[in-house]
Amino acid sequence: MLASSRLPLRALAVAIATVALNAVELPMRALQRLLGVPRIGWVFVTPNLVVLGLFTFLPIVIDFYYAFTGGVQLDLRARPFTGWENLQTLFECGSYLDPSTCRKDLFWRAVHNTAWFALLQVGLMVVLSLVTALVLNRKILGRGFFRGVFFYPVLLSPVVVALIWKWILQREGLLNAMLHSAGIAGPVWLNEPGWAFSWSVFVSIWAHMGFYTLILLAGLQAIPADLYEAAEMDSASPWRRFYRITLPLLMPNLLVVLVLAVIRAVQMFDEIFVLTGGGPGSATLFIVQFIYQTAFAESIRLYGLAAAASLVLATTLLALTVVQLRISRQGLSGKAGRDDG
Amino acid sequence: MMFAHARACAFLGAALTGAFAVHASAAEIRVACYSDGNECEVTQELAKRFETQNPDVRIAIDKVPYKAITEQLPVQLAAGEGPDIARVTDLGGLSKYYLDITPYVKDPKYWEANFGQTLKWLRPTPTDKGIYGMMTQLTVTGPFVNKTLFEQAKVPLPGANATWGDWAAATRKVAKATEVPFAMAFDRSGHRFAGVAISQGAKIFDAKGNLTIDDGFKATAKRFYDWNRDATMPKEIWGGVGGSSYRDAFEEFANARVVLYLSGSWQINRMDKQIGTNFDWIAVPNPCGPAACTGVPGGAAFVALKRTKNPKDVGRFLDFLASEPVYAEYMAKTENIPAHAGLSKKGIDYKVSPQANAALKVFVGDVAKLSPIAYEIQGYKYNRALFNSTTTRLGQAIAGEMSLDDAVKRIAADIDEQVKAAGK
Repeated sequence: MLASSRLPLRALAVAIATVALNAVELPMRALQRLLGVPRIGWVFVTPNLVVLGLFTFLPIVIDFYYAFTGGVQLDLRARPFTGWENLQTLFECGSYLDPSTCRKDLFWRAVHNTAWFALLQVGLMVVLSLVTALVLNRKILGRGFFRGVFFYPVLLSPVVVALIWKWILQREGLLNAMLHSAGIAGPVWLNEPGWAFSWSVFVSIWAHMGFYTLILLAGLQAIPADLYEAAEMDSASPWRRFYRITLPLLMPNLLVVLVLAVIRAVQMFDEIFVLTGGGPGSATLFIVQFIYQTAFAESIRLYGLAAAASLVLATTLLALTVVQLRISRQGLSGKAGRDDG
Repeated sequence: MMFAHARACAFLGAALTGAFAVHASAAEIRVACYSDGNECEVTQELAKRFETQNPDVRIAIDKVPYKAITEQLPVQLAAGEGPDIARVTDLGGLSKYYLDITPYVKDPKYWEANFGQTLKWLRPTPTDKGIYGMMTQLTVTGPFVNKTLFEQAKVPLPGANATWGDWAAATRKVAKATEVPFAMAFDRSGHRFAGVAISQGAKIFDAKGNLTIDDGFKATAKRFYDWNRDATMPKEIWGGVGGSSYRDAFEEFANARVVLYLSGSWQINRMDKQIGTNFDWIAVPNPCGPAACTGVPGGAAFVALKRTKNPKDVGRFLDFLASEPVYAEYMAKTENIPAHAGLSKKGIDYKVSPQANAALKVFVGDVAKLSPIAYEIQGYKYNRALFNSTTTRLGQAIAGEMSLDDAVKRIAADIDEQVKAAGK
């Protein structure tokens, strides 16, 4: 009876699909006659290209325009052309290693902070993600539970993550309460520049590590087990097995993790903005927050300067990505050469 | 039965069509509102009354956080978007977006007579005579004090003409005796700082009318820096956040972690509701310096915006809110000082707690002592260039990132750069 009640529904679904396909078929055939079979593929790609163009490429072009114009108007027509002035303002420095000698000292503090953050956060996160993936790849008790535990923070909103840690780290937060009960006077963690920066790195790793662990775990599970068996039979040490089998075969996944982690670290904004607001002072001010503040948070909005800073950021990211991809291609082609040999 | 059913359906259809027709023809005015205490809730109440009297207008109050007004609204307006009316605090800074409602109000002379002093703050140029909105309150910056802590410490309250030094000394004694972590706290705001600086002799403007960082300002900055570094004040307010982000120290005061809290009269409603009788909180007159005993006036205003498609209805609604009985009710319910000259003379029948009443009296008394420089800076179009750079750079100095001298130099440089950019 259930089967018979499903029949009309199935027939209805088939009928709707048939009508829809017929409706599409006629114009598609006409287009195919017009464009020819080799070019019909563009018809399917065009909608996506239009969206990409409108929401990615057009803003980039507009950003260039803002970067080379001045004034405080948002309207493009009202902005006077100033050439390289905004970029010159950003790069006017006595020493690039000392932000206090720079005209836009906050920009250079943000650059330094972002560079150190990316270095520390990515380095530590890749190592921790790899170690965690290696452990979770083994047959341990509660493996499923621990996989969930490590992935759970990834599901949380960055604002929630930041607020949780802010409550833990504030003057009379959970951490200081625990330390106080052990007779230790904890500092005001987010008030000390060094500690605020360190906690920013930690919170970011805690929030995102699960995602990269998952990628590496998938890579580990794709490594054939017989390679390890063969290595064991050859009495290879665990370190040698890791160095000679795991690491080379995991390299493509590691490179993906590295590229994604670097891009994310350089673009870090939401968690840190809520956690520290860029403070104390500008100890945790990163480049995206600088751009946001310059364009939107100050009462006199310097859109041109913010656009110029975002160009610098985009160029840096592009360069880093190209370098990483070149290294990965060299690594992979070297591996292919050895395989062919 | 079927006929009754059909009749009911026809009736329902007609009613719905009628309702839709009325709804479709009612002009909608969107009001972006933030609350210091309960301003938006009271506005909502009054809006409902206006709608009853004017069924052809619908008022939609969008309650938003303060940050949305300071950061998002200007970008919306620059992009040609945004509400019809907004409650703003950057009065001069956004004036290029305001709509002159003089043609739409019943009696422009009433507005000039009662809001004249503050109408200037909303005008884009000094020679402009337009009516662009209505101050929802006149605020004055000034300190609140935890009197209970003074009593527990057996330290007498400094007198009416006490200086900032006297207050710092007294509150330090109280904090030590009562084991309260900090003696004083200021909101993280250049607007609060400016009052103290003017009292200490800062002129704020040079002979040409441009912003200037003079010895009075530098002396105040030094004092403030020292107070933060020697733990008279908590570093996390000014030094704990980056950029020019606003942060108040209300929670520190409400939790009795500071003895004296420099904020302003708009906090009275919040104090009344959140602190109540937990402890004796009082407002005290602005402490004195060599030049004055002043705070800085201010307040928020409901401004009409040029982008509105219903200027006549916007004008009518603001005219309604500005009318004497409605404005008096608004002030009584929000526990604010009126910016209405007539009501300032007559007085407002505040139905508030004795503490709130006493606090309001102190702030009203302080209005008379406001320095002309304080009025001038409040009405200056680019005052945020001073306020924001003060917050950013002093915050960096307090956090130990730069010396105080460098911070003060940077404030001057930031102001020059921003005012120059704004003029392009």
